[in-house]
This record gives sequence, structure tokens and C-alpha cells, in this order.
Amino acid sequence: MEGRFWTLVFVIFAAAALAACAVAPAYQLWFPGSGEALSTIGARIDHLFYVILVVIAVVFVGVNVALGYVLWRGAKQPSEVKAVYSHGNQTLEVVWTVIPGVILLALALYQMDVWASFRMREFYPQDMRTIAEVTARQFEWRIRYAAPDKTLEADPHPDDVYTVNDLRVPVNRPVAISLRTEDVQHAFFVPELRIKQDALPGKRIPVWFEVTRPGTYDLVCAELCGWGHYKMKGRLVALSEEDYAAWLKQAFEDQFDDGVGEGEKSD
Amino acid sequence: MSAVTGMTGSVDHAAGAHAAPGFLSRYVFSRDHKVIGIQFMFTTLLMLFVGGALALGIRWQLAYPWEPMPLLGNAFADEGGQIPPETYTMLLTMHGTIMVFLVIIPILAGGFGNLLIPLQIGAEDMAFPTLNMLSYWFMWPAIVFFMLAMHAGAAAGWTAYPVLAVLPQAAPGSGVAQTYWLLGVTLVGISSLMGAVNYMTTIINMRAPGMTLFRMPLTIWAMFITAILQAFALPMLTAAGLMQISDRTLGTCFFIPAGIIVNNADPTVGGGQPLLWQHLFWFYSHPAVYIMLLPVMGMVSDMLACMCRKPVFGYKPMIHSMGAIAGLGFIVWGHHMFISGMNPMLGMAFMISTILIALPSAVKTFNWIGTMWGGRLQFNTVMLNCVAFVSMFVVGGLSGIFMAAVPVDVFFHDTYFIVAHFHYVLFGATLFGVYGALHFWFPKMFGRMMSEFWGKIHFFITFIAFNLTFFPMHLLGMQGMPRRLADPYHYSYLEHLLPLNQVMTWAAIVMGFAQIILFLNFVISSFAGRKAGRNPWNANGLEWIAPSPPPHGNFDVTPVVYRGPYEYSAPDAPDGQDYWLQSDERGGQMAERH
Ligand code: HEM
Ligand SMILES: [Cu+2]
Ligand SMILES: [Cu+2]
Repeated sequence: MEGRFWTLVFVIFAAAALAACAVAPAYQLWFPGSGEALSTIGARIDHLFYVILVVIAVVFVGVNVALGYVLWRGAKQPSEVKAVYSHGNQTLEVVWTVIPGVILLALALYQMDVWASFRMREFYPQDMRTIAEVTARQFEWRIRYAAPDKTLEADPHPDDVYTVNDLRVPVNRPVAISLRTEDVQHAFFVPELRIKQDALPGKRIPVWFEVTRPGTYDLVCAELCGWGHYKMKGRLVALSEEDYAAWLKQAFEDQFDDGVGEGEKSD
Repeated sequence: MSAVTGMTGSVDHAAGAHAAPGFLSRYVFSRDHKVIGIQFMFTTLLMLFVGGALALGIRWQLAYPWEPMPLLGNAFADEGGQIPPETYTMLLTMHGTIMVFLVIIPILAGGFGNLLIPLQIGAEDMAFPTLNMLSYWFMWPAIVFFMLAMHAGAAAGWTAYPVLAVLPQAAPGSGVAQTYWLLGVTLVGISSLMGAVNYMTTIINMRAPGMTLFRMPLTIWAMFITAILQAFALPMLTAAGLMQISDRTLGTCFFIPAGIIVNNADPTVGGGQPLLWQHLFWFYSHPAVYIMLLPVMGMVSDMLACMCRKPVFGYKPMIHSMGAIAGLGFIVWGHHMFISGMNPMLGMAFMISTILIALPSAVKTFNWIGTMWGGRLQFNTVMLNCVAFVSMFVVGGLSGIFMAAVPVDVFFHDTYFIVAHFHYVLFGATLFGVYGALHFWFPKMFGRMMSEFWGKIHFFITFIAFNLTFFPMHLLGMQGMPRRLADPYHYSYLEHLLPLNQVMTWAAIVMGFAQIILFLNFVISSFAGRKAGRNPWNANGLEWIAPSPPPHGNFDVTPVVYRGPYEYSAPDAPDGQDYWLQSDERGGQMAERH
């Protein structure tokens, strides 16, 4: 009797875990925001996640059914019955080593391409442009853009445009940022795009992505950087190509506005 | 005395070799492996409560941010119980540090390793009893340094990444606190290393006659492999720790690049590389997560066989898979650094090795289920905790596969998904296994049984509260909630997670209090529990032929081993019992069969 109760405890745990995952999307407990990845790489990451999820769900159910079965069977066995005297089974061992091995290896190989295109230079998109330098520091994001129609150089240029905690990028084309930190380690994380990269002291790291929908997304620091880590909040605003150009022009003009009216200038 | 039937062997254990010692040398500076093991267990259980209290502080802040915490709040902070962000960071740092370095690692190798190795291989004691005693006493300066670090507010995480951890101006907790922290880590490392040397030597040299390698219980195999892991991985951590200490105090720059400006201090001179620390740290700390698991895998195998009255399914595959885990465990450390800025090519290699390490873990799971299959199951506290071990390990192992996939880990890294993963393996698997092992070997330690009734109550509450606390963390991770944020609700996309976090916190509080049941059961049973004979579980390992508790020197006479460790329900078992003791000289032909 008692054995069956405990068997149920374990079975109910497994069922509840599955159920929790099944209802999670309805309670905003699945992927953040709309639930859809809003960058091209993000979409591929989500796809991989679902592939793995299917494999894992099958294994989870299988293992728990097996576990529930052996427990249940043991629980209702009369206590006089002797246990099976077996030291194992060579064939079974081979089967349950080779099959998971093949599946796991296939999973590993299947993913390589996504990683390669996200992180390996030779796979970066051809027409990509580095549009901003993002410098993390305790506890804010400083962002530097080239002036309209100029290209961003590694060293600051007098007519560069600066913003704080506000990164603006055009949508629907691959863009890169150059990520660095001025002090300790930080991490550049935009959950809705599924993009994350540590900012490593002493190093400049290119991060590329292509946002697929205009909007404003949270920019989070994901690497412990001190007591104010939690408030190192920024935002990433994705704009259409025209809006982006207009914004940059405006920002440039605002920044270099000397307070003198346009018509009064000599040239 | 029926349990010792058939014990033979030389009677060379000189009775006078262990003259009655005084109180101090018997219970405090004891060189007896059992006493040292029990000392380790008491100390680590105490630390479990300290670490648990810190965790409740973390949970409180996540459920009721910036609200004064009742009771414990005053111990952590001086602002009327409110937890300021630097204290929050300290709490998560010291929680992780204490649980890893002062609870899980020492309770397994130090506690159970000490208790079980000589008993299960039929030895009088460890090879180097004095070294063994020192390995326990080196824990104390480490504890003192960790407490100093806590007091001074160490707050760089249990991983202590430079340059946050190295530059004193980088954070309030990066001053002298981090030096204390590093000294603590170095000292626990020395303690572990002394243990590891001892365990390897003892297992290689001190086995009783007939105890061939492939007659050793899986616990011993696990302890052996763990000791090897420690011996080869720890030097990295020790070296890295000393390097960081010298960066902090002597002005070297192993981990500090040039031109870093923190808090308007002068730019650093530099020349170093913060990634180097990450490599060295994880080169130790990945093997260390298996140091925190393998011994339990061994012990659970032993306990399951006994409680199912069945031989372990696939004894040799179990050993091979532990070996594979240990071997692969040395080449997967980079999976903690996929997005750290290391060469991205390495990500590929580390992904493959990491995904492969799931394979031996799967094989072991299948074999545990195979062991239960067709057994005569005893649903007692020991068994329940062991089944929980298997069931929780499955969750933690499977979530590991998401993170092993580099692209998916880009999203999951440093979110609560990781926190869910390692709590399922370290609490769900390891700690439930430890609960089982405490109940199982308790009679050998104290000659008495722990209460079954309270054992089951404790198990039931802990199991449910554990899952309510930790399963939702997977979902927080899905939402992209980063770990180590003092106030996640600062971000609008996380605001709706507050109610769920409150449920989790209350579950954690219940779970915390349930551990008092365990502690009381442990302490009270040690003097008031039902008396146990030599072999209360009808188990067949050598430890069960010694008196309970065994005297200094362990066995009446040196045992001789005739067969493997799992002869449960053997068809030709002697009358009145369903198992063969390893040292039973009857049925000698069995020896050839296995
Ligand atoms: C099936 C096998 C396993 C796989 C594939 C796996 C994979 C991983 C990966 C990829 C990470 C890094 C995630 C990240 O930070 O982004 C990780 C973290 C971790 N794993 Fe596992 N793991 C496995 C089993 C275990 C076991 C058995 C333990 C402990 C007993 C463990 C303990 C940990 C811990 C403590 C961390 C996090 C450390 C930290 O960042 O603070 N894992 N695991
Ligand atoms: Cu941060
Ligand atoms: Cu690892």
C-alpha cells in the first residue's frame, strides 16, 4: 500500500513537471516578450531549443514511465516473492549506450552551423556594418556612433555621436556592435533577441545580429559586475532604416548644436 | 553473531595496538577514520544550516524586494533588516561558496569517504591516519577565513571572476574580503588534497585479502575516481588562488589587463588576462561538480541494490561510465565560458565533449532503473531518497543538454535556467543521496537506527518543497531572468514574475525548516534510537560484519573476501538469508562465477 503511495509521488512529480512546461506559455513563463525571437540568430536558437526539447521530452517521459513501472511493480509484489537474480545484460548495455550516443552526437553536429554563423568571423554576413561601440561600465552602457555617413573607427572621433543606455539600430539588416568594458566584466544581453556576449576587460568583441521587428527591447547586464549590477539597465531601440537615419541625424545635430540658429551661421 | 558467519583470516590484528586513548585524542584530535568522518559530517551539516540561512536571505529579497526581512535580516544587514544590494551580492556569493566548499565536497569525500573506505575494503584504518586528522583540522582555518570574508562582505560570486574580484576599488566587497575568500579556498583545497592522497593510497594498498578491484563496492570505485579527480584538478585551483592573492597583495597582474579604470582609480598597469582565471577556475570547478556527485552515485548504487534485494545492474558498465565521466570531466570546462570571449572555435569542441558527457550519465540512470526492475523493493527512507536521487538527476542531466548546446546557451547562460540545472543535480541528486546515505550508514556510525517515521516525513516535505522551489526556476530562466540580480523587477519584462517568486520563497522557507527534522532525528537517534545489530539492513558489504559502531581498528579479525559486493537474492544463498556476505567462505564456487 505504502509503496504505491510513494510510487505515485514520483509519478505525479514527473507529470506535474510536464504540465508546468505545457501551461507555461499561457502564463508568460516561456520565452520572454512576445515569445518569438526577434532576431535572425534568435529564431535559429529557438528552433534548436525546440528540437532539443522534443528529444528531451521523449527521454524524460520514457525514463519516468520506466521508473514508475519498476516502482509500481515492486510495490504490488507480495513480499515473499524473491527478487530477480540478475547482474545485468550485455545487449541492453550496448543498446542503451549506442542509441543515446548517436542521438547526442547528432544533436551536437546539428547545432554547429548556428554557432559558426553567430560567432565565427569568416561566417559573418558580407554586408554587415559596425554601427556602434558599446562600452559597459559600472553601471551603465555608453554608446558611440559615427556621424551620419561616416564609418565608425576604433578610436573616438570628434564628430562621433554619444548616447547612454540607449542603443539604436536599424532593422532587417545585419549590424554589428563593438563591445568593450572600461572597468570590470559585464555582459550584453537582450533577451528578446536571444543575444548575449560578455564584455571582457582588455578586449574588444564584435557582436552581430539582425533585428527583425521594430520596437524597444530591454538591455540587461548578465554578468555580475558589483553591487549595482541589478540596475545596469539599458534599452535597445530597433528602427526602420529611414527612422534610424533620421534619428542619427537629429542626434548628431542636437549634440553639436551650439545654440546659434541655423540661418545665422556664416557658411 | 549470525551476521559474521564464515569470517576467517589471519588474527594478526594486535589487540594492544590501540591502547585506550584519552578523551581529546579519541573525539577531538582523533586519528580514527570513523571519528574523523563523523566530525566532517557534523561540521558540514552545521554549515548546511549556515548556507541555508543565506539562501533564505536571497529568497526573501527576490520575493519581497527591499522589504525588511524578519529574524534573519538583522543578522545579515544593519539597516533594520533590509537587505541592501551589496549585502544581497554577498549573500549569493557566500551561499554558493559555503554550499560547494564547506558542505557538499567535504561531506562526501571527508564524511562518507572517511567513514566507508576502510570499512568497505576491510582495512583497519586509513593509510595515513595523521594526515587524515590534519585534513579535517585544515577545514577550520578555512571556515574561519570564509566567515571573515562573509563579515567583510565578499561579493564577487562563488566564481570570483577578475577583475571585479581582484581590484579592491571595484566593489565594496572586493577589498580584504576577497583575500580572505581566496585563503579560505586555498585551505579547503589543501584539506581535500590531503584526503585525496590518503584515499587513493588506502584503496590501492590496504584492501583485505580477496578484495580484488572488481569486487569493490561501487562506493569505493566512486571514491577512488573522485580522489583521482581531486588530485589532478585541485592544483589548478590552488595555483590560480595564489596567483589571485598575489595580484591583490603583491602587485602582479596575472589576471589584470592594462588600462582598466575602476571608480576613478589610476589605470591598471596590466599585462594580464582575466580569461586565464576563468580557464583555471573551471578546469578545477568542472571536475569539482563531479567530485560533488560521483561519491553519491556510488553510494546510491549500494543502497539501491540492498533496498531492492538485487545485484546492481551492470556493475562493470557502472564503473566504466564513472571513469568516462571523470575523463570527459577534464575536457568540458569551457562550457562555462561559451560566451566569455574565448576563441569561438573552442566552443565547438567543448560543446561536443559536454554533450558526450551526458552519455555515461544516461547509462548510469538506465542501470539504476535496471537495478530496481524486478526487485523486492523496500519503500523505506533510504530507498525513497535514492529514488529521488535518480528522478531529480534525470531532470538536471536533461537540462544540461540545453546548455551544452552552445547556441542555446547563448540565451540561457547566466539566467535562472542555470540555477535550476545545478540545484537539480547538487540538491536534487547529491543532497537526497546524502540523506539516504545518512539513514543507511547511521547504524554503523552510532549502533542505533534513525527514526523511519521522521525520516519519511522529512523526505516528503523536502521532496515537495524542493520541487516547488526549484522547478519554476527553469521557467524564470526561459523568461530570461538573469541570476544574481538584487532586484529583477527593475526590468519591466520581469515584473510579472514576482508572485511566482513569492511561492518559491515560501516553499524554500518550508524546506529550510524541514531540515530541522533531519537534524533532530540525527542527533536524538544517535543516543536514543532503536539499537541496531551489526547488519540491520541484511547488506553484504564488509562494513556490516564489523560491530556497530566498530571499535578503533574496525574488525574482530581481518576479513577475507570471496565474492563481489552485490550477491542479493542469490539462488544458492545460505539458509535464512537472501544474500551472501562478501566474506562468507561458504559457497566458495561463487567466487569463480563473478
Ligand atoms: C548531463 C550532464 C551535464 C551537462 C551536459 C551539464 C552541462 C552544463 C553546462 C553547459 C553548464 C554551463 C552553463 C552556463 O553557465 O551557461 C553547466 C553548469 C553547471 N553544472 Fe552542469 N551539466 C551536467 C551535469 C552536471 C552535474 C552532474 C553537476 C553537479 C553535480 C553539474 C553542476 C553544474 C554547476 C554547479 C553549474 C553552474 C556553475 C555556475 O555557473 O555557477 N552539472 N552544466
Ligand atoms: Cu552587471
Ligand atoms: Cu561544468
